[in-house]
Amino acid sequence: MRRLAPAAASVALLLSLAGCGGSDDEATTLTVYAAASLTSTFEQLADEFEQEHPGTEVQLSFGGSSDLVTQIKEGAHADVFASADLATMQKLTDDDLADGDPQDFATNTLEIAVPPGNPAGITGLADLATPGVNLVVCAPEVPCGAATRAVADAAGVALSPVSEEQSVTDVLAKVTSGEADAGLVYRTDVQAAGEDVRGIELPEADSAVNTYPIVVVQGADEAALAHEFVDLVLGAAGQQVLADAGFGPP
Amino acid sequence: MIPRWIYVPAALGTVLVVLPLAGMASRVAWGDFLGLVTSDSALTALSLSLRTSLASTLLCVLLGAPMALVLARTTFPGQGVVRALVLLPLVLPPVVGGIALLYTFGRRGLLGDQLDVLGIQVAFSTTAVVLAQTFVSLPFLVVSLEGALRTAGQRYEIVAATLGARPTTVLRRVTLPLVLPGLVSGAVLAFARSLGEFGATITFAGSLEGTTRTLPLYIYNLRVTDPEAAVAMSLVLVVVAVAVVGLASRRGRVGERP
Repeated sequence: MRRLAPAAASVALLLSLAGCGGSDDEATTLTVYAAASLTSTFEQLADEFEQEHPGTEVQLSFGGSSDLVTQIKEGAHADVFASADLATMQKLTDDDLADGDPQDFATNTLEIAVPPGNPAGITGLADLATPGVNLVVCAPEVPCGAATRAVADAAGVALSPVSEEQSVTDVLAKVTSGEADAGLVYRTDVQAAGEDVRGIELPEADSAVNTYPIVVVQGADEAALAHEFVDLVLGAAGQQVLADAGFGPP
Repeated sequence: MIPRWIYVPAALGTVLVVLPLAGMASRVAWGDFLGLVTSDSALTALSLSLRTSLASTLLCVLLGAPMALVLARTTFPGQGVVRALVLLPLVLPPVVGGIALLYTFGRRGLLGDQLDVLGIQVAFSTTAVVLAQTFVSLPFLVVSLEGALRTAGQRYEIVAATLGARPTTVLRRVTLPLVLPGLVSGAVLAFARSLGEFGATITFAGSLEGTTRTLPLYIYNLRVTDPEAAVAMSLVLVVVAVAVVGLASRRGRVGERP
């Protein structure tokens, strides 16, 4: 039997690893999946929710909306899902994974972000098509990329980016590092980046307004709490936090 | 002869590696497979990956072989530190490598002004992809070649030198033929690592079809909108990697014989 000890130990280790990630028995955990652009606002709202519900812990998972939907479809445990656009939310409802109808809670529009000092002298969308300007945008497959395409089409400008990134935060990173002369990101991203970038408003931005819907995920472990969290986001307190961060009303 | 219980954890380890591959293969839409892996974008990404990986492997050989020779055949103060630094990319998360490259070769990086004067823009170019791949792959070549050099020993080199051969002749006629299997397997490993490089590339080079979007970046891009195509391309990458690693280990065994 002693000879089997190492084998038994490795099996035990594997089993104990498999047991990891289970929820705590003591505190109730509410898991919220939210689009990356909601990071700062939802962190704030989660704190508020935890204060109103002692003993409840809000676990936040941020990422590209499409990534998050894929994870939920593959069985990730989520109680609430907030998407950065309607098309991505549709993918969740199409699979009957939504508990009730999604509700719109915010809107966001694009802005040009340039490094401080605006080295390429960008003033508007037309300047982005100038040869020699290093423009970085989101890939057309993700919400911010779809919005970019809509804005460019509306303005009749043919953009030739040097890179198409997978998320809006990647675009912003290329601008804050000074590698790119300009990037197309959300208004709220410019506001959150503070001193690191300068935002240039786009008159054409209204042609691509991203609407953010939120929904309770079908089969949520904490359905009641999940509905309360959605109410918080839709309520006056939630809307104030979102407005402060630069989001528009739904 | 090994104790029999060793087979249990060994089998578990094998399952851990093989099972996810089987899981992925189970999701492949075999009916559309050929169409998915031969789309224009897929072929563009594959061709870019192969070209950049070949270029970075060549760079790894040109720079890595001399590095391995210096590390294996000379002694100098601080050699241990130098070796540790050279091997650093092996254990560094590639995204950290990407940030380091950005702050060196980027526009506002350490060499940004000098490169700007020369009219060279590295970021967002295919050069950046090759640079990122070389950065992460170089240690693989250095490690395998240094090991081969140490195993081969210096006997034949000394004999050749006493017979009057000049150092360059010894290197060309004795040392390199002796460690050729090690050099080849190191180059193959470097190629495989370059082919799989993702983190440093996306951080430093960006992602644009035909210029910087290599196969791993293409798969990353695709997995959201077209999971079936992403899985199909992943399988292609797995097959290429298995072929490359298989080739390297066969070469390695041949190298053991002398």
